Amino acid sequence: MLHHCALCHIDLDGISVRRGGQVLLQDVSMHIHCGQLTVLIGQNGAGKTTLIRALLGQIPHTGVIRHVDSRGLDIPHLRTGYVPQVLQFDREMPLTVQDYLAASLSRRPVWTGVGKKTKEKVKQMLADVEAAELADRPLGRCSGGELQRVLLALALEPAPDLLVLDEPVSGIDRNGMRMFLDLLMNMRQTRHMAILLVSHDLRFVREYADHVVLLEKSVLTQGKPGEVFASPEFAAVFGTGEEEAED
Amino acid sequence: MEGIYSFLDAILPLEAYQFTFMKNALLAVLLLTPLLGLLGTMAVNHQMAFFSDALGHSALTGIGLGIVLGLRNDLLAMLVFGVVWAIMICLIKQSGSASTDTIISVFSSTSVAAGLLILARGGQFAKYSYLLIGDILAVSPEDLLYLLLALAGTLVLWIVLYNALLMTSVDPMLARSRGIRTRLIECGFVVLVALAVMLSIRWVGVMLINALLILPAAAGRNLARSSRQHAAWTVGIALVSGIAGLTSSYYMDTSAGATIVLFSAAFYAVSLLVRGIRK
Repeated sequence: MLHHCALCHIDLDGISVRRGGQVLLQDVSMHIHCGQLTVLIGQNGAGKTTLIRALLGQIPHTGVIRHVDSRGLDIPHLRTGYVPQVLQFDREMPLTVQDYLAASLSRRPVWTGVGKKTKEKVKQMLADVEAAELADRPLGRCSGGELQRVLLALALEPAPDLLVLDEPVSGIDRNGMRMFLDLLMNMRQTRHMAILLVSHDLRFVREYADHVVLLEKSVLTQGKPGEVFASPEFAAVFGTGEEEAED
Repeated sequence: MEGIYSFLDAILPLEAYQFTFMKNALLAVLLLTPLLGLLGTMAVNHQMAFFSDALGHSALTGIGLGIVLGLRNDLLAMLVFGVVWAIMICLIKQSGSASTDTIISVFSSTSVAAGLLILARGGQFAKYSYLLIGDILAVSPEDLLYLLLALAGTLVLWIVLYNALLMTSVDPMLARSRGIRTRLIECGFVVLVALAVMLSIRWVGVMLINALLILPAAAGRNLARSSRQHAAWTVGIALVSGIAGLTSSYYMDTSAGATIVLFSAAFYAVSLLVRGIRK
């Protein structure tokens, strides 16, 4: 069912996660291809976030994650970039977008100021996500959509092999979401990376995804959006016609 | 030392600073207040004000244990106990329990009680009352040297930890995904605060140490937009409160520590007003 593109891919083979005697993920296998937008869908509690955390190496799991080149040979390192669903932070904190990005780039403590070189770098990072005007804005005064861009800029530095995004449930309007997805679609072609998006909003999945994975503790079905949306597994999880009802 | 004293005479032609003990106290204030303030910026942003308060209280137990174990060196006993205690609290915080503040409170009151139990045996507590209110006027040149070295060390650690700590306090999971060892960094900060608190407690006292950590940083936070401004405002407020507090305590014949803290509190009140007006 999977077509093998000429580029690299990340292979998940038999990933399982157990915690406290409970099975959170059971034998999840999938390929995430470079240059493609792979979208993970499923109900709340289906294990989407658990899978991400396993991918990022934050929780123990069994099974194998391999980073493979076009000839099927292992690439030793997998560099991941991560955009969280929400940033739950103290919005009154005196901290500009530039401070936050500079703290991740440079060893110089940002309370002593931000060096010229780092400033240039931050400017470039923000320009890449069409958010150049945010550099001097306090992080707590950014809207949901603006924050998502800042987090994307952060996740893209250093350039990841796999970009993992947990799409926000709320706080971003439809237009903002569309602009963000367009940005991602553009990047998946210009940058050498695979993108895994956890979507809580089926409305955009059919339009944007290259590959869709339906998760419910294990992979129920995967394939092109059209195939997955027409599958009996999809109907069993989401019901038929619900997608239209949401529009 | 003589060079520094004559320099102070030249820039501070006040009656208060004719005395060597006042000069020493002033130097101690110049060393202590900015550093505690800087550490405070992160304590405030990391929502650890209550925690640092509890740390201060544990100094009593540290000294008490030192006496029970027969240690001659109070400071060493406090430092060791403070660090152990800090790591314990840090582990509790990271265990993700919802009632962290309750647990900290339990630890805090237990350590105060244990400390008092030992120190007040046979009505001897008066000997240790300096721990409660501190005595910055008793700083000797030798103390100043140790203070300078210790604080320089603290500052170096602070510079090394800061960025990673900042990333951690905004979003730990995101910080972890970027290879930051958030638990280690958090514990490092807690230990750092413990060290700074224990080093200063003799001069500032258990009752007031947290005010020096939290008040300037809390005031600075109301005025600042960026990390740099936060640090600058905090250090400025800490220094001005320190100098003004010490000087006026001489003329008003009041407790130096308490006067310094009240100046900081006044700055906090002003910062709240400014913040309100800006909004």
